[in-house]
Amino acid sequence: MIPASSILLLTTLTGFGFGLLAWLGLLAAIGGLPDSRLFAPVAVIVALAFSGAGLAASVLHLGRPERAWRAFSQWRSSWLSREGIAAMATWPPALAFAGAWWWLGPQAAATRLLGVAALAMGLLTVGCTAMIYASLKPIRQWNNRHTTPDHLLYAVFSGAVLLAALWSLWFGAARGPALAALAAALLAGVAKLAYWRFIDHQAPLTTLASATGLASLGTVRPLDQPHFTENYVLREMGFRIARKHARKLRHIALMLAFAVPALLALLAALGAVPALTAPLAALSALLGLLVERWLFFAEATHVSAIYYGR
Amino acid sequence: MTSLPPPQPGAKKLGLVIDLDTCVGCHACAVNCKEWNTGGHHAPLPDYEPYGKEPDGVWFNRIHSYEVEADGGSKTVNFPRSCLHCEQPQCVTVCPTGASYKRAEDGIVLVDTDLCIGCKLCSWACPYGAREFDEDQGVMKKCTLCIDRIYNESLPEAEREPACVATCPSRARHFGDLGDPESDVSRLVAERGGADLMAELGYRPTNKYLPPRKAAIAAKPLERPAAGGASALLRLIDRVLSR
Repeated sequence: MIPASSILLLTTLTGFGFGLLAWLGLLAAIGGLPDSRLFAPVAVIVALAFSGAGLAASVLHLGRPERAWRAFSQWRSSWLSREGIAAMATWPPALAFAGAWWWLGPQAAATRLLGVAALAMGLLTVGCTAMIYASLKPIRQWNNRHTTPDHLLYAVFSGAVLLAALWSLWFGAARGPALAALAAALLAGVAKLAYWRFIDHQAPLTTLASATGLASLGTVRPLDQPHFTENYVLREMGFRIARKHARKLRHIALMLAFAVPALLALLAALGAVPALTAPLAALSALLGLLVERWLFFAEATHVSAIYYGR
Repeated sequence: MTSLPPPQPGAKKLGLVIDLDTCVGCHACAVNCKEWNTGGHHAPLPDYEPYGKEPDGVWFNRIHSYEVEADGGSKTVNFPRSCLHCEQPQCVTVCPTGASYKRAEDGIVLVDTDLCIGCKLCSWACPYGAREFDEDQGVMKKCTLCIDRIYNESLPEAEREPACVATCPSRARHFGDLGDPESDVSRLVAERGGADLMAELGYRPTNKYLPPRKAAIAAKPLERPAAGGASALLRLIDRVLSR
């Protein structure tokens, strides 16, 4: 599948934004956020800025962006529609949570309840995004039990490193969130390794023989192509330029997205210039997760390319 | 509405039956389809750089050729690929806007290009690569089963069939109601063992493909005239003409 930059930005940035929102909501509910009047509301704004940037990028992916509002209508059947609605529905509780923190205070029941609502809506949106991919039967690398939990885990990890970065920049130290980021980085890295192992050992369900209905006749191989130049199907679904670099890119993704942030988060937790190491961890995670997401697309094969022998 | 219409017993399921035994791979179906549809329901079907180095464009039929190898020989199979108007079309259910829909009355899968936002998700959900994106208009396009021919009362009744079927010189394409077990196309499928493509994915395509009658045709070794075998007259003519 072609890794369109708008979609890479969408899934990565909303992971950071909604992940951060989920952490803020959780910590507010259990009384784990610093007792600062300004920090939580500002962090909520940062979270919404990340998510908003991702959603704006996704609109640019559309052939007719001016009609984007129509995507809110088919929530009964479409995960994309559900994602759009969930993303929009996350804003009111998130803003109300920030407002309640400011006006009613961290201890108010309303603040805590709205924190839980923001947490739930943020994760729900990430889950809907993941289900868009997980539900596509023609793509075996997505249509499996790894996709949705993995995306949720990456969002939780992204949110944790972003929270640690903000926390350490604000207060100079961030032991708790840095440890959370460390644990999430290790979990997410293991999940990614498990995913790669899974797709490498997965036997394709569909073959050229089943795609042509000629299985009972013998072995089938492509002879003549329908056209000599690329068409939409080949460009979009037959993308394969990157696959030869996949192994190197996997190493890069693993290092940048999980190993380096884990190390930097550990340093931040130990108190080694947290105001520098924690933001660097977040930056590394952002770059690494963009590579990881690029691979998620580039390594995904679509069964329609089988007709072309790809 | 992108939820699928509830299945009705005995409902019409219009579709194609494609005979891989008689298809000669001439691409006439693809060309006539392009010709009709660039002025029809989904008009225009764009071409990009039609006279350039990398011509490209939206086509609803793509004609592949495969070689099937079996014991005793092999066989070329020409294989036209187009929308199969599935009974479980995921391209419809993933659509966030309601632009993609399956008609309850005849099972035809269509796109309302006035509602389409061009998110391309339907093309990802189609395992058959049947949908092609119109880069000029920013919307998705697909085979309409020539909805503007099959119900077109200004055409003579005999011509109310899809353009690909009307033009096929080897009568390898058949159009009809696959929901009616007594229809000509349903009988053809039953007699010839018509197959679903990628049945394992569960889309339950309406269109069926009839397999070649013989898996392989054993060919005699090529006969080459032996140099000394020709008659004296022919050798003389050969010598004169070779000068």
